[in-house]
Amino acid sequence: MFAGFMMNTWAVATIVAPVAGIVGFFVVLRGSAFPAHAIPKGAFAGAAGASLLGISTLAGLAAFSLLGAIGIGALGRRARSDVATALALVMMLALGAAFLSRTTQYEPEIYALLFGEILGVSSTELLPVAILGAICIAAVGLLYRPLMLSSVVPEVAGAKGIRSRRMEICFLIVVALATAMTVPVVGALLIFSLMIGPPAAARSLTSRPVLAMLLSVAFALVTVWAAIAASYACNWPVGFFVGVFAALCYGAGRAWAAWHRSRATRDPGLRLLAAADHA
Amino acid sequence: MHQIWTWVFEPGFFSSAPVHVAVVTGGVAAIVSAVTGVFTVMRGQSFAGHALGDVSAAGGSGALLVGLNPLLGFVGLGIFGAGVMDMIGVRRVRGRDLATGIVLGAAIGLSALFLYLDTATGATSGAPQQILFGSIFSITSGTIPVVVIFSLISLASIALAWRPLLLATVSPDIAAARGVRVRVVGLLYMLALAVSVGLSSLAVGAILSTALLIGPAAIALRVTRTAGRALATACLTGIGTTWLGILLAYDSYYWGAGHQGLPVSFFIVALIFAGYLLSGLPAARIAAGRRETASHAAASPARDQIAA
Repeated sequence: MFAGFMMNTWAVATIVAPVAGIVGFFVVLRGSAFPAHAIPKGAFAGAAGASLLGISTLAGLAAFSLLGAIGIGALGRRARSDVATALALVMMLALGAAFLSRTTQYEPEIYALLFGEILGVSSTELLPVAILGAICIAAVGLLYRPLMLSSVVPEVAGAKGIRSRRMEICFLIVVALATAMTVPVVGALLIFSLMIGPPAAARSLTSRPVLAMLLSVAFALVTVWAAIAASYACNWPVGFFVGVFAALCYGAGRAWAAWHRSRATRDPGLRLLAAADHA
Repeated sequence: MHQIWTWVFEPGFFSSAPVHVAVVTGGVAAIVSAVTGVFTVMRGQSFAGHALGDVSAAGGSGALLVGLNPLLGFVGLGIFGAGVMDMIGVRRVRGRDLATGIVLGAAIGLSALFLYLDTATGATSGAPQQILFGSIFSITSGTIPVVVIFSLISLASIALAWRPLLLATVSPDIAAARGVRVRVVGLLYMLALAVSVGLSSLAVGAILSTALLIGPAAIALRVTRTAGRALATACLTGIGTTWLGILLAYDSYYWGAGHQGLPVSFFIVALIFAGYLLSGLPAARIAAGRRETASHAAASPARDQIAA
C-alpha cells in the first residue's frame, strides 16, 4: 500500500489530519458541529457547479465554502444559529441540485467528492492543499487568544472589545478553508467526522487547550491513516472507515471520561469536582 | 386573459399525473414537516432534524442493497439513529449537537459503503443522486397511501403528546415539577421526528426534507406569537411554497430555448429562503409586535425558543 501511486494519498492525508485536528478542537469547543457539517456539504454544491463550468473543482469548493460560511454568519446575526445554518445549507444544496440538473455526465466524480477516494489524488493537488493548510493553521495561530476567549468566556471577551459576531464569522471562514482543502481524499460528507470525533476524544482526556490540540492532531492522524489502510486492504470506501473510526474515537473518549469519573467519585471530596467536569 | 392564464399555468399542468402526485405528496410532507418543525426549531434541534435525513438516506441505500422497500430502510434506520442520538446526547446543547454529529458521521459512512456495494453489484445506477436529492416527480402513485399513513402516525404521536411536549420544550424544569416525564417526552419527540424526516426524505428528497422542516417553522415563529398560530402559519407557508414551487418547476420547462427546466427542490427552497429573509425585515417584526432582540447566544433552548 506504499506503492508510488499511493504516496500522494498518504501525503495529503498527513497534511489534512492536523488541520482537521486543530480546527476541530475549536469546533468542539464552540459547539459548532452543525456548521462544520453544513459548510463542506454546501461546498460540494459549488464543486458540482465548478465542474459544470469547467473551472477547477478546488476553486469551486473554496468559493462555495466561503459563501456558506459568510451566509451562516450573516443569517445568524438576528436568528438562532442552528436555523441559520440549516437554511444556508439547503439554499446551497438547492443551487447544487440546479447545477447538477444541467448535466448528467459525472456520477463517479460526485461519489468521490462526497465520500472521498483514496486513488484520486494527483501530484498537482498536493501544493494547493499544503498552502491552504498552512493558511488555516496560521489563521488559528493569529486568532488563538481572541478565539479562545470568545469561545470559553464570551462575556470577558466582550469586555475586552472582542466582538463575538466578528469572531464567529472569522472562525467559520477558517472552517471553510479547512473544508476546501480536505474534501479531496476524505470527501465533503466526512471531513466533519474528522473535525469532531478525534477532537472530542482529546477533550475527554484533558481540558488543557494546547495538550488537547496536540492529542486531537494525533487522533486525527491515526484515524485517517487507519481508514486509508483499511480501505486499501478491502476496497471498501475510505469514507466508511473515517466515519466509523471517528465514532469509535468519540466513544472511547466518552468511555474514558466515564471511567475516570467513576474512579474519582469514590473519594467524596472529589465528587463535586467530577460533577463539574462532566460536560 | 387567457394568455395570462397560460403564462402562469403552462399547458398540461392541471392534467399532468406526475404533478398530481407531487402536489399530494408534497402537500402531505409539508404539513407533517411544518408541525414537527415548529417543535424542532423551539427545541433547537435543527441539526438533528437535518442529520436524520442523511441517516434515513443511509437506511434507504441499505434497503435497496438487500432488495427491501426503501421506505422500510428510511424509517427504520431513522428511528434507530434518533434513539442513539437521544441516548448518548447530554442535556447541554453543545454536547447534544456533538452526539448528533457523531451518529451522522457513522451513518454517512454506512451510506458510502452501501452505495459502493450497490453500484459494485450492478444493481442500480443514479443511486447517489436519487438518494441524496430525491425527486418529487418520480414518486409512483403506489407509495402515496404509505406516505399518508406514516404521516398520520407521526402527526398523531405529536398530537397525543402536544401539551407535555410544549411544556417540556418551553420550560423543562417546570414540566418536571408538574410530573411530566421530560426524558420520555424528549425521546418520543425524537422518534416522531425520525418518522417525519424519514418519510419526507423519501418523498421529496433530503434537501426539501430539511427545508420544509426548518424553513416554514422558522418563518412562522418569527411572525406569530402563540404556538397554535405558529403551527397554522407554518403549515400554510409550507404548503404554499411547495405548491408554488411545483408550479414554477413545471413552467420552467417552457422557459428559454433549452427546454430543460430546473428542479422542483430548487424553487421550493428558494421560495422558503426568500420568505425567511422577508420575515426578518423590521416591518414584519413590528407587525408581530415583538421587540427586536439584538443578541443571539448559544443559550439553552428555553431561553430563546420563540425567537427564530
